[in-house]
Amino acid sequence: MVIVVMFGCLLGYGVFYYPDWGDAESPANRHVSRYYIENTVTDTSVPNVVTSVLADYRGYDTMFETTVILAAGLACFFLLKLKKQEAPLCRMYRHIMSGITLRIEKGGKIPEDSKSFERIDSVWVPHDLVIKMTTRIIVPFLQIFALYVITHGHYSPGGGFQGGVIFGATSILFAISFNLRTASARMSEKATAISGCAGVLLYSGTGALCMALGADFLNYGALAGTLGVDQVSARSHGILIVEIGVAIAVSAVMVWIYYNLSSAGRQNEGL
Amino acid sequence: MADLFMSGFISQYNFIGVVILVMIGLYAMIVKNNLIKKIIGMNIFQSAIILFYISAGAKKDATIPIIMKGRDVVHAADYINPLPHVLMLTAIVVAVATLGVALALAMRVYLQYNTLEEDEILDIIRKKDKEITESK
Repeated sequence: MVIVVMFGCLLGYGVFYYPDWGDAESPANRHVSRYYIENTVTDTSVPNVVTSVLADYRGYDTMFETTVILAAGLACFFLLKLKKQEAPLCRMYRHIMSGITLRIEKGGKIPEDSKSFERIDSVWVPHDLVIKMTTRIIVPFLQIFALYVITHGHYSPGGGFQGGVIFGATSILFAISFNLRTASARMSEKATAISGCAGVLLYSGTGALCMALGADFLNYGALAGTLGVDQVSARSHGILIVEIGVAIAVSAVMVWIYYNLSSAGRQNEGL
Repeated sequence: MADLFMSGFISQYNFIGVVILVMIGLYAMIVKNNLIKKIIGMNIFQSAIILFYISAGAKKDATIPIIMKGRDVVHAADYINPLPHVLMLTAIVVAVATLGVALALAMRVYLQYNTLEEDEILDIIRKKDKEITESK
C-alpha cells in the first residue's frame, strides 16, 4: 500500500511538467504525425489517417501485432487442451415431447439421430426460445455490419481489428445463446485455428509478394504492376488486403480463445 | 503563487485522472489476494495507460483524423494526432491477448491447487516443499 502511494506521488509530481491539454504545438504533435496528416491523401488516397498509418506507414508493427494475437490463441490452446479423451461416461438425452431426461451409461444403447430425442448437457435450461430466436435473427445482420466495418475502414472509423472483433463476437454470441456443441458444429475448432494462421499468412504473404516484385518488404507500391493501377491506388488496395488478413486472424483467434476458455479444454460442454 | 500552482495542476485534470486510475490498478495488483482480482487490476492499469496516450494527442478545436472531402491543402492543426490512436490500437489488442492468456493460466492454477487465493496457494506449495526436503 505504501508503495502504491509513493508511486502515485511520483507520477503526480510529473504532472507539472506535462504540456497543456489540447496544445497543437506539444512535442507529441510535431514531427512525424504532421507529415502523416498532411501527406496521407497524396501518398495513399485513403482519407482515414489512422488506417493509413496503421497498415501502410507502420505496417510492419501491425504484422507483428497480428502475430501476437495468434500467439495468445496458441498459448491458450496449449495451456488448456487436454489429451484425447475417451467418450464420456454418461450421456444425457431428453425426450422432446414429454420432457423426460434419459441418462445413458457406458455401454448402453444410444438413440441415434432421431427426431424425438435431443442431446443435452448438464447446463441445459428450459424456456430459452426467445433467446434462440433473437440470436438466430440478429446474427446475420451483425456479420454484415462487421464486414462493412472491415471494408469501409478507409473512409470511416473502422478497419481490420474492429471489424474482426465484431465478427468474432457474433460467433461467441451464437455459442452463448445455443450450446457449445451447436456452435462447434457450425465452426469447428480446427477451422478457427486454420483461419487464424491463414490471416497472418495473408498479411505476411502480401509483404513477401511486394519483396518478390522488387521493392522493400510491405511496400505496396510494388503491386502497381500486378494490379494494373497507379502507385497511389496500389497502396490503397494493399491496405485493404492486409486489413482483410488482420480481420480473419482476429475473429478466428477470438472464437478460439472462447472455445478453449469456456470449456476448460474439454470442448464438449460449457455455457 | 500558490493559486497559480494549483491552477496549473488542476487544469490538467486528465492526467490526474490517469494517475488515480494507475494507483487503483497497482493497488489491486499488489494488495489483493485473489488471482482474478489481480488480473482485473492489470486490466485497469492497461486502460489507464491507453487513456493517457489518447489524451496527450488531443488538440484544441480539431476534429477526428479523417481528412475532410474537398480540401486541397491539409493543415495538421485541424486534425487530432492520429499516432497515439494507432499505437493504442496495438495496446488494446495486446491487453485482450494477455487477458485471455492470464485467464487460461488462472484456470490451470485452479485445476492444480483447487483454490484461487494467493496465500492458500503459497501455503500448499510451502507444505509440499517441506515434505520433499524432509523425505530426502
